[in-house]
Amino acid sequence: MASRDDIKFLSNPNIGQNRKKYCRFRKYGIKYIDYKDPDFLLQFINEQGKILPRRITGNSLKYQRKVATAVKRARHLAILPYVTDLLK
Amino acid sequence: MKHYEVNFIVDPVLSGDEINATAQTYWDMLSSNEATITDKGEMGLRQLAYPIKKRTTGVYYCTEFAVPNGAFIAKLELALRRDERVIRFLCVKLDKYGVKFNDDNRNGLIGKKKDKVKKEIKAEVRKEKRAAPPKKAAKPAPAVVAAAASTAVAEEEE
Repeated sequence: MASRDDIKFLSNPNIGQNRKKYCRFRKYGIKYIDYKDPDFLLQFINEQGKILPRRITGNSLKYQRKVATAVKRARHLAILPYVTDLLK
Repeated sequence: MKHYEVNFIVDPVLSGDEINATAQTYWDMLSSNEATITDKGEMGLRQLAYPIKKRTTGVYYCTEFAVPNGAFIAKLELALRRDERVIRFLCVKLDKYGVKFNDDNRNGLIGKKKDKVKKEIKAEVRKEKRAAPPKKAAKPAPAVVAAAASTAVAEEEE
């Protein structure tokens, strides 16, 4: 019933729907994650500088691992902080 | 040949000549150990994300090189560890994608905003095309909808 086209809803049923997550590395063919680029890595960490889970970023396992190593390398080189508040 | 990348942060308190000399010693060390240096990246004075040895800034150097024998890395790391002018270092092995990325980065192929914007626009157009047809199909059938609704109500009553 849910997939019928002829039913008209009062409110837009597409509003509450979650957009399908995808792995941006697979989609755009990014093979290497640069650990020296803090602006790019900022997309994968939260305000406290913690690495975001795959559940939120939608990365595939392969690239989530690469993101994690890149963030850890950046932290070692003091490009990203280990602990902080109000990073973004 | 194995490709590596060595990053080191030099103490900013030293004079400019000393900082250059520090980097030069490692470049000399690399070239004297059969390494071919592909890139001498000088990122310059940068703010550290957290203080290291009570310094809040550091002079970043990033050198990409290739060596036939990986045993040299241990020597290099030992030298960096013993050096008091270097406050932090990182030695990383590059895979083929890393080598390609660095090549592209040097040639200015990475980080073009125009391409990204173009891709996004294309994706949006595609989405609109996909979303459009069902809306048109839904419009000319209000009578059917009303009928369907009444039958649904009837079913519920039963």
